[in-house]
Amino acid sequence: MTTQLKDEAPLGRIVVITSGKGGVGKTTSAAAISAGLAQQGYKTVVIDFDVGLRNLDMIMGCERRVVFDFINVIQGDARLKQALIKDKRLDTLFILPTSQTRDKDALTQEGVEAVLNELKEEFDYIICDSPAGIERGAQLAMYFADEAVVVTNPEVSSVRDSDRVLGLLSSKTQRAEKGDSDPVKARVLLTRHDQGRIDRGEMMTVDDVLEILAVPLLGIIPESQAVLRASNVGTPVILDEPSSAQTAYKDAVSRLLGDDIEMRIESERKPGLFQRLFGRSA
Amino acid sequence: MSLFGFSLNRRRPKTAQTARDRLQLLLAHERGQGSGTPDYLPQLQNDLIAVIRKYIDVADDEVDIRMERDDDVSSLEINIDLPSAEEKAEKPAKKR
Ligand SMILES: Nc1ncnc2c1ncn2[C@@H]1O[C@H](COP(=O)(O)OP(=O)(O)OP(=O)(O)O)[C@@H](O)[C@H]1O
Ligand SMILES: [Mg+2]
Repeated sequence: MTTQLKDEAPLGRIVVITSGKGGVGKTTSAAAISAGLAQQGYKTVVIDFDVGLRNLDMIMGCERRVVFDFINVIQGDARLKQALIKDKRLDTLFILPTSQTRDKDALTQEGVEAVLNELKEEFDYIICDSPAGIERGAQLAMYFADEAVVVTNPEVSSVRDSDRVLGLLSSKTQRAEKGDSDPVKARVLLTRHDQGRIDRGEMMTVDDVLEILAVPLLGIIPESQAVLRASNVGTPVILDEPSSAQTAYKDAVSRLLGDDIEMRIESERKPGLFQRLFGRSA
Repeated sequence: MSLFGFSLNRRRPKTAQTARDRLQLLLAHERGQGSGTPDYLPQLQNDLIAVIRKYIDVADDEVDIRMERDDDVSSLEINIDLPSAEEKAEKPAKKR
């Protein structure tokens, strides 16, 4: 857990966490990934784009410290520096909360661009937690992205919606419209993966999903009780007690940083009676 | 609770209780205020800057307002970076 200091100019890389379908684990993943990057010494900010349904602040555990928000900054009521909340655990991590009272119309493309440009001057990674859906809010969250993490559950409607989102990433983003730049680098993060149900033939396998979506895999996050626990206490799962989900998110963060590490399927093994009686091996 | 007077779960800290407490605190504020963020804060900030400028030459971005909500008190912390001496005047004011 070393936090190395960097002197070079910030990377200024924008990563959107998106999905189409709601409730698949975007906010959980945005919190974990941003904390993981910050843990590696990258100055990171995570932005809540879900205007009107502020939740990232609770998952990050900073809900009592919100004064100004993203919308206040866009509308010129507060400066960016005032709205950024510094994480109490990692000094490289910042949160930009959204408004709980406004709606998505308060976001403008110019406003979002101005805020992102200012953040790029200072941060290595800018993580955008997208709202569900494919409407305005989701489109603005992805528009300026360099990279996309498409959060998908191994379930038909989630995979279908991810496919739709991948289509938008390759057509309705600045990189797509410019034409001369590389396309948005999109990868799938498979979450709520349940090996037991796959073994019983109840859930699609990783290969099934990847074959359909045809984009690279960033990681496989198991269904884990640690996620609820972490949200209860307001700690990103990657900073909470060791768990299968934590290991899997750490691997995903390494891959986001360009490391080539082997894909492993973590699963939450509840100790059986035998193991409980005779102690755990492995 | 368990018939045998012990439970496997008892060793674990009850995070559900933490979740409940956090939500109660947050929602009490959000409902009372209509939002988690009092709407007067941006205006308060502008007014403060105007008042301070009558006496000291400060730029907009040298005034910083933070809030921290707790069970019984919320505190509003106003930091002003004074220009010349580069010293910080800190004036925490209690709200409610
Ligand atoms: N790996 C996991 N294991 C178990 N539960 C999970 C996992 N990932 C997410 N969850 C649970 O799924 C629910 C939805 O998660 P989350 O809020 O991160 O999704 P979301 O995609 O951001 O939702 P929305 O579309 O509403 O913004 C939460 O209750 C969360 O605790
Ligand atoms: Mg969310």
